[in-house]
Amino acid sequence: MQILKNFYEKYINSRKVAPYIFVAPFIIVFLVFYLYPMISTIIMSFQEIGFGEPKFVGLENYRDLFNVHYKNALLTSTNYTFWTILVLVPLPIVLAVLLNSDKTKFTNFFRSSIFMPALTSVIVAGMFFRYAFGEQASTLANSIIGVFGLEPITWLQNSIPAMIALVVLCVWRWLGVNIIYFLSGLQSIPEEIYEAADIDGASSWDKFKYITIPSLKPVIIYVITISVFGGYKMFAESYAYWQTATPNDIGMTIVSYIYQTGFNNFNMGFASAIGITLLLIVLIVNIIQLNLFGLFKKGEQ
Amino acid sequence: MKKSLLILLVSTMLLIFTVSAAAETTTLTFWTFQELHQQFLEKEVARWNENNPDNQINLEATVYPYDQMHNKLLIALQSGVGAPDMADIEISKFANYLKGSNPQLVPMNDVVEPNMDKMIEARFANYAKNGNYYGIPYHVGATVMYYNMEMMDAAGVDINKIVTWDDFVEAGKKVKDATGKPMTTVEVTEHWTLYPMISQIGSDIFAEDGSVILDNEKNERVLTFINDMVHKHEIAIPAPGGFHHSEEYWNFMNNEGAATLMMPLWYMGRFVQYMPDLKGKMAIRPLPVWDEGGNRSAGMGGTGTVVTIQSDQQQLAKEFLAEAKLSVEASHKLWTELGFDPVRWGVWDDPIMSEPNQYTEYFRNDDIFGMLLEIRDEINPTMVTEQYPKAIDLLKKNVSFKVIKQQSHTPAEALEEAAEELRQ
Repeated sequence: MQILKNFYEKYINSRKVAPYIFVAPFIIVFLVFYLYPMISTIIMSFQEIGFGEPKFVGLENYRDLFNVHYKNALLTSTNYTFWTILVLVPLPIVLAVLLNSDKTKFTNFFRSSIFMPALTSVIVAGMFFRYAFGEQASTLANSIIGVFGLEPITWLQNSIPAMIALVVLCVWRWLGVNIIYFLSGLQSIPEEIYEAADIDGASSWDKFKYITIPSLKPVIIYVITISVFGGYKMFAESYAYWQTATPNDIGMTIVSYIYQTGFNNFNMGFASAIGITLLLIVLIVNIIQLNLFGLFKKGEQ
Repeated sequence: MKKSLLILLVSTMLLIFTVSAAAETTTLTFWTFQELHQQFLEKEVARWNENNPDNQINLEATVYPYDQMHNKLLIALQSGVGAPDMADIEISKFANYLKGSNPQLVPMNDVVEPNMDKMIEARFANYAKNGNYYGIPYHVGATVMYYNMEMMDAAGVDINKIVTWDDFVEAGKKVKDATGKPMTTVEVTEHWTLYPMISQIGSDIFAEDGSVILDNEKNERVLTFINDMVHKHEIAIPAPGGFHHSEEYWNFMNNEGAATLMMPLWYMGRFVQYMPDLKGKMAIRPLPVWDEGGNRSAGMGGTGTVVTIQSDQQQLAKEFLAEAKLSVEASHKLWTELGFDPVRWGVWDDPIMSEPNQYTEYFRNDDIFGMLLEIRDEINPTMVTEQYPKAIDLLKKNVSFKVIKQQSHTPAEALEEAAEELRQ
């Protein structure tokens, strides 16, 4: 008993050790679930893996990247990321401003109902959207465009409608989350600035353009950054629409390509190589993006 | 008081111990992606337990979605832990499990070979490597043509006179004129139209030496023919939803959207399950031939049941599978219960195969199996290589789709593109 107590006093309860104990859960999770898989992915990307001993094949997996499917997947992911950001930044800002206004009624109801989709499982939602974007004239999407006198579309077998279907699912799902970000941004803007603008005779549009948007800049940068990550790592939406085989790669993202090569064709080495390139791509895109917004220019701030 | 309790406890434990020792029940785990397979094996376990009172089996079967099951099994075998005793592996995935120098599956030669002279070896060869049979098949998978007889009668078509594919096109024109509906549907996002026809004409994706022959002249002829049915003769349309297992297709076909369908015999079950309104309207016939005297069918699809090397009960699992899927009794049940054409041809002439069952009730044929007997020698083997999963992937995603749906490639271009990719 005494030994135990000494041990506790000396090691666990000491100022030197305690902090490490507190961060240990994170460190362990990081080492086991992030660092170790990352290192083994890098190693595997140089290997050919079957049942039995893996074989080192040098850069062969990286040479295999120069194929049309990888190009298609890269294009699909980039397109998807571009369009989701294009919709999911301006639209939530406008909606957040409306929800933040005193003149809007039932704001709590709208806030929670817009947020609801984010809590749904993508696969469940995907099933719904899969049928909504079916090709008969009677499906939801085709009935809606039918109101405008358009012919039914085979949504999931043409590249532009397929991209629309993906972006619609994404917007439906993430709109509420982004609105929450922007709402909290809006609430941190001091009321006095708007009052001062009123005294100067600024219109609503001027206030939006010269006060709201600049004040929201940090939130906008944050939302774009996570959207770049989210866009490039998108998998579940594509899986919900097409499972594993998208005709002519129209809905195949980089992660679906990893899934297909790794699991469907059991080519783990090549799949790892694709994964490494995905990491690099996302890093580069985000560095460019953050540079454009001047986040690295500390001196000017 | 305490003592009596103790005695009670000990005697109960003894009792339990002796009972369980006498029964000798062994638990076998089984993964599948097809509920019908699970139900079938469960009945087979009951039959096994009746016949082997001193060697009882308790089957723990789990049904997972198709993709999930194959991935889970692959990871379990790759990592060396967590695999079941037995599992179903679909033919287009099977090659993945034979990759590398050290397959994680148990060779079944000792239980399969004694009866091989009564079975179709080609179906076992699909699941074999280096002379080892790793999987036990469920069926031959003869491809047939399903005709909607009401629509045929409306158009005045006698299906027994449809001998060649050209006859089929002519009949299709009559049906189109009379009913305004397409004669048939073709798959554009899966391979169940192109691949059976390729096999039927005597070609394949791979030659016997494993080289790629996907872009040969015969295959080009097949794809051109399918494309012409859709765009030149206008008697066929791409299947709603893209393939014959989509919700859209089932709904479309159940409402008599098209007059015929070419699928393997195991598709009978899908008719019964998903298209109830067509009951009593459909008839099954062999395929039209390409050239006079050509094959009237093709063996398509399939699932091999395997035993994994992680199993503690490999021998029992093997013996059970051989009994449950290959024995005479099991072969009868495969037909009467699942509508599968069993690989053991020795039973094909047995009277039970020609008796009425739920399938003869649904379809207008009196003797479906009798028809199968006529075409049993007209099924070419298909060549399965390590590239097979990738090849099927390309057939699904690109070949038919680019030619028929997108119309961006000619048949020759699409086949060549896919073949080139496989040759890399």
